[in-house]
Amino acid sequence: MRRLVLVGTSHHHAPIELRERVALDAEHARALAARLADGGGEAVCLSTCNRTELYLVGPDGDEAERAAVAALAEVEPEVEQALYRLSDHAAALHLFRVAAGLDSLVPGEGEILGQVRAAYESGTTGTLLDRVFHQALHAGRKARVQTAIGESPASVSSAAAALAEQVFGELDGRAILLIGAGKISEQAARNLLSRRARIAFVANRSLDRAEELAGRLGAEPLPLERIEEELVTADIVVASTSAPGYVLDVETVARAVRQRRGRQLLLIDLAVPRDLDPAIHHLDGCYLYDIDDLEAIVAETLAGRRGEAERAEAIVAVEAAKFHEWHASLDVVPEIASLRARAEEIREAELRKADALLGRLDEGQRKAVEAITAQIVNKLLHLPTVRLKQAAAAADGVLYAEAVRHLFGLGEDER
Amino acid sequence: MAELLFWPALLCYGEAAFGYLGDARRPGAAGRAATWGVRLGWLTQTALLGVQAAREDGFPWATWAGSLNLFVWFVVGAYLIWGCRKPYRLLGLAVMPLAVALLVVARAGGGTGIGARSHYSNLFLVLHVGLVLAAFAGFTLAAALSGLYLWQERRLKQRATTILRRPAPSLATLDRLAGRTVAFSLPALTLGIAVGVVRLASDGGRVDALIAVTLVTWVVWAAYLVLRVTRRWTGRRAAYLALAGFALVILVRLALPATHFA
Repeated sequence: MRRLVLVGTSHHHAPIELRERVALDAEHARALAARLADGGGEAVCLSTCNRTELYLVGPDGDEAERAAVAALAEVEPEVEQALYRLSDHAAALHLFRVAAGLDSLVPGEGEILGQVRAAYESGTTGTLLDRVFHQALHAGRKARVQTAIGESPASVSSAAAALAEQVFGELDGRAILLIGAGKISEQAARNLLSRRARIAFVANRSLDRAEELAGRLGAEPLPLERIEEELVTADIVVASTSAPGYVLDVETVARAVRQRRGRQLLLIDLAVPRDLDPAIHHLDGCYLYDIDDLEAIVAETLAGRRGEAERAEAIVAVEAAKFHEWHASLDVVPEIASLRARAEEIREAELRKADALLGRLDEGQRKAVEAITAQIVNKLLHLPTVRLKQAAAAADGVLYAEAVRHLFGLGEDER
Repeated sequence: MAELLFWPALLCYGEAAFGYLGDARRPGAAGRAATWGVRLGWLTQTALLGVQAAREDGFPWATWAGSLNLFVWFVVGAYLIWGCRKPYRLLGLAVMPLAVALLVVARAGGGTGIGARSHYSNLFLVLHVGLVLAAFAGFTLAAALSGLYLWQERRLKQRATTILRRPAPSLATLDRLAGRTVAFSLPALTLGIAVGVVRLASDGGRVDALIAVTLVTWVVWAAYLVLRVTRRWTGRRAAYLALAGFALVILVRLALPATHFA
C-alpha cells in the first residue's frame, strides 16, 4: 500500500523566529513539492505563517519521511528538533483538523481553508493526495457550515466592525471618522472598508500624517479642531491617538447629537489612555466602546468558538474515519482484482466449452447468455468484495485477504 | 373538519413558540424546527379559515372570537414575510406565544367553529373587519419589532459581551422595518374605520367604547408616522410610542369588543 506521510512544524512546536525561517512562499512551496514527488510520488507543501507541513505519498513511508525531514532541514537546519511526523490515518486526521481551523491559533479562523486549497492546487498530487485533500476541504467546509466555529469575530478590529453592523446593519456607504493616523487606526479602518464602509475623514494632530493616511484610504484629512463639525455627518468614530487626555468630551458630542436628528453614532475608542469621554455613552443614540469592552467581547466569542470546536471535532472525526476506510481498502485491491479476473476467466472458459451447444443459438440469444453469466458472476462476487473492503479497514484485513487468496487459489498459476 | 384543523394549527404554533425558546438558549436546530412550525401552522390555519368560509353562507369572522381567529392568521402571516429569517427568530419568541394564546381565546369564544353568520353584508364585513384586522396585525408586528429594538439597544448600552455571539437585526434595520410596517398598516386602518363610520352613520348608530378607543389607536399610530417624518422621531422614542399603540390594539382586541359585537 502507498503510505501517506506528514512532516512539519507549527505554532504548537516552534516559536515565530523559527517558523518565519522555515516558511516558504508559494513558488518555493510548489518547487519543493515537485522535487519531492519526482519519480512517481505525490507531494504537497502547506506553508502559512503558523505552519510549514509536507504531505508525501510513496511506497515506503520511512523513505518518504526521511526525504521530507531532509528537505525542511535544508531550508532551516534548526527546524529538525521542532518537527512532528505522522503517517496514514493520523496524518489525514491532522490535515482535516487543520482545514477545519481546529489546529489554528484562533479556533475556526477562516483563512486556513483557502490556504489548504492553494497548497493542494500547487502540489504534485495523485490518487491518494487528491482524495485526502478533497476530503479535508469538504470536512473544513462542513465544520464551518454545521457549527458556529467561524461565525464570530476573533480580533478587536473585527469585533468593532461587527458591532457597527449590530447598530447600522449593512455598512455600505456609512461614513467613518478616524481620529488618529497610526497603525491601529489604519487596521480598524481597513476592517471597516472590507465591509464597504467609507472612510470619510482622517483627523490627526499632525496634519501631514492625516493627509498621508487619508490619501491611502481615499478620505479627507482634518485637523483635530474640526472634528466637531464632522461629527454631525459621521456614523462611526474610531479614535486611537496617543493624546494624554480626552480628544472628544461629552459636551462636544452632545452638541453634535442635537444636530444629528436621532441618527445613531457608534464610537470606538482603541486608545490607551482613552481618547473619548466615557460619559458620551450615556447620550441618547450614542454607543461608546473602549478597548476593554472590545477585548471582553472577543474573549466571549472565542469561548463560544471553543465550545463549537467540540462539535467540529466530531464532524472531522467522521470524515477521517471515511478516509481511513477508503485508504485501507486499497490494501485488498490486488486481491479483488485477481478474484474478479479469475472469475471472468472461468466464465469465458465455460462458455467456450459449451460452444457446440451455443452454436445453435442466434446472435441475440448468445448475447443474452453472455449477459446472464456475467450478471451471475457479478452478483456472486459483490458481497465478498464489499466484505473484503470492510475487513481491510479493520485490523484483520490482511488475514481476510490471505484467506481469499487461499480459497480461490489466486496467484497459484504464477507459482 | 374545522375542529380537525384547529388542533394541528395550535400544535404547530405551540411547537414554534417552544422552538424559538430553545433557539434563544442554543441557536440552531430548534430555531429551524420553529420556523417550519410557523409555516405548517399558518397553512393549516389557512385551511381552517377556508373550511369556515366554505361552510358559511357569507363572511364567517364577524363575531368577536371569529375576528380573533382571523387576527391571529394576519399576525402570523405578517410575521412570515420576513420573521422566519435567522436574525429575526427572536421576534418569533414574542409573536408565536401571543398567537397561541389568542388562538386559544378565539376557540374558547367559538371563533374556530362553524355557524357564526352576521346579518351585515359580506362586502362591508370584508372591508371593515378585514382591513381593521390586517392593520392591527401590522401594528402588532411593528410593536414586536420595536420591542426587539429596545432589547437590542439595551444590550448595546449595557455593552453585553454576548452581543456578537447572539447577533440580532441591527438597530437601523429594526427601526426602518417598524416604520414601513406602520406606513402600510395605517392606511388599511383608516379605510377600515371609514367604511365602519359610513355604515354607522347610515344605520344611525352611536359611537361605542370600541370605536372610541380604535379612533385613539389611529391617532397614536398616525402620530407615530407624522413625528417620524417631521420631527425625526426614530429609535428609542419611536419604539416606546409603538408599544403604547400596541397596548391600545390589545385593549381593542381583547377588553372592549363585547360592546361592539353585542
